[in-house]
Amino acid sequence: MTDLNIIALVSVGAHPTSGRARRAEQDARAVELGLRLAGDKLQVLHAGDPQEEALRAYLGMGLAQLSVLDQPKQADALPLLTSYLQDAGAQLVLTGSQAETGEGSGMLPFLLAERLGWPLVVGLAEVEKVENGVAQVLQALPRGQRRRLKVRLPFLASVDNAAPTARQSAFGPARRGQLQAHEVNIVEDSLLAEAQLQPARPRPKRLKVIKAKTGAERMKAATAKASGGGGQVLKDLSPQAGAEAIFKLLIEEGVLR
Amino acid sequence: MSDIIRRDPRAEWIARNRLHPLHAAMQKVESSWMGPNGLIRKNPHAVGFIGPNGIKRIDRSGAQQGGSQKRSAASEVVQLPLHVVEQPAFHIVVVPDMVGGRLGSHDKDLLGLARKLAGADGAVVAVVFGEHKENAFDSAGVDRLLQIEGEAFDGYAPEQRVLALGAVESQLAPRHWLLPDSRSGGGELGRRLAAKLGERPATRVWQVADGRCIGRAGAGQEDLVRAAPRLILAAAECAEPVSDTRHEARPLALQEKVARSLPRIEDLGAVAVDPALIPMAEAEFILSGGNGVKDWTLFHQAAEALGATEGASRVAVDDGFMPRNRQVGATGTWVTARVYMAVGISGAIQHLQGIGACDKVVAVNMDPGCDMIKRADLSVIGDSAAILAALIERVAAYRQAGERDAA
Repeated sequence: MTDLNIIALVSVGAHPTSGRARRAEQDARAVELGLRLAGDKLQVLHAGDPQEEALRAYLGMGLAQLSVLDQPKQADALPLLTSYLQDAGAQLVLTGSQAETGEGSGMLPFLLAERLGWPLVVGLAEVEKVENGVAQVLQALPRGQRRRLKVRLPFLASVDNAAPTARQSAFGPARRGQLQAHEVNIVEDSLLAEAQLQPARPRPKRLKVIKAKTGAERMKAATAKASGGGGQVLKDLSPQAGAEAIFKLLIEEGVLR
Repeated sequence: MSDIIRRDPRAEWIARNRLHPLHAAMQKVESSWMGPNGLIRKNPHAVGFIGPNGIKRIDRSGAQQGGSQKRSAASEVVQLPLHVVEQPAFHIVVVPDMVGGRLGSHDKDLLGLARKLAGADGAVVAVVFGEHKENAFDSAGVDRLLQIEGEAFDGYAPEQRVLALGAVESQLAPRHWLLPDSRSGGGELGRRLAAKLGERPATRVWQVADGRCIGRAGAGQEDLVRAAPRLILAAAECAEPVSDTRHEARPLALQEKVARSLPRIEDLGAVAVDPALIPMAEAEFILSGGNGVKDWTLFHQAAEALGATEGASRVAVDDGFMPRNRQVGATGTWVTARVYMAVGISGAIQHLQGIGACDKVVAVNMDPGCDMIKRADLSVIGDSAAILAALIERVAAYRQAGERDAA
């Protein structure tokens, strides 16, 4: 555990099936990471309605309090968060990578980093160490890979599903925790004036288009078996020669490290 | 069908020999000719050929087979028409992911979308960082290819790349920026670019039509419909890839050099991850064993030496050699590996379904006629134990040579 000043930004999520308000999956992972790094000193910040019951699920993870910038649902959270973070003196700000309700564009960490002038680490998986104001972190890549990065404090990090799973929320601490509302100036978001949210339509399934000019070709395409075609078959080789051919392909594809 | 042209020497000999009883049948019969009065005459009996069960077949596709026609190999590949944009009215800039140095399917869909937005007057510009291995930019729909090279762009350098894209913005002032909304770089780069340019992008877009775009919002429960902005981060399968034209892929250069910024994020390189801990559905390289593997200790050694995630066919799991969660196929895990190496797996259809999304398949098997070999890009016929042992040796030699070079 380090004595960093860490702020985790949280939002209200939606259950994928029922749509009920809950703690957002990725934001809970951000809180978990923050708790592992800073323990009790972690500050958690939300911009929205302080009466929202779903926020208590974050308190149930072992937080004494949660700061809420009081604003209506459609307002723009970015200017408020920017000014709050400028004064808060945080060294590390953790966010999820995209909201579960509303636009969910995933732009917030990028815009915050741009406005604050801080570097941004995308897909933070683990903070290895912090020395002399420089943090060494692991970034999650697709296919379970990791990359080691060095970044100067203060910085912003977004967390995705590769971060440690969030701990369970307990009922007692969730009731006891304090939701502290802050009065702020409200900035309207212009997007929803011109765009509409509608229930998600199932995406059209891509059809296999057969561009055959004649009936014979169509018949051939319809009855064709999945055959490799270009596959190379090596027969009657010594095991060494066979292994060499496989080795060459693995090197070409860059999977051998 | 085989491409080899086969001669029938006996038929040729009969066709030469006027005294042979079958001579007339072996002559080339013309089915239509110009008559003495200038009319086209046709011989309906000469049309078609006798099919395998002795019934006369007429193939009106023009590609008649059999009969007295001279057989030839399949016709050569048709050249697609070339689409030339000499003076582009505007530019659509695409920044493909280029995973492994090649255009992926997501990139091709994106280029298809760009092609649709460019129409007849616009040019599609692809921006590629560093070296690439792609040689099909022309058929993917790239009119101009802007390759940005320099060691500053190697490795993980998103801030430097955004600077370069800023230079592209000031040079071309594109009508649209298109980036793949993927985890392999495009989603991040696009959002960084959006923050830099001050544009509000449309994300996870799956349809662009008539100046409106539809993208997923929130956790995928809702769609956001809005006017198409300048910067679009598109999901996979957002449009059909270009398939019926060729394009020039004319090289383009940046007029001014990109300023070098001091990177605030330093890349210390990839970290070795235990392949056994990677979920099999997203592992990049899988070594899978089946009924043909007799020496399982050797198999585990090979997986460790290669740094591959282990998989198994259903038979190997049922026989208790591998745990159930390692089973690949319709009843197990559907894998998406880039390289899938199947040792001693003959390829039941359920297994082949499970590896449908794999790029390259390597098969090691005793039976040259099995289905896995038809699917594989490289197959080695032989004893799996001997080949695995040789492969372990070869990789060990390679690793040692690498250490010596580094030292």
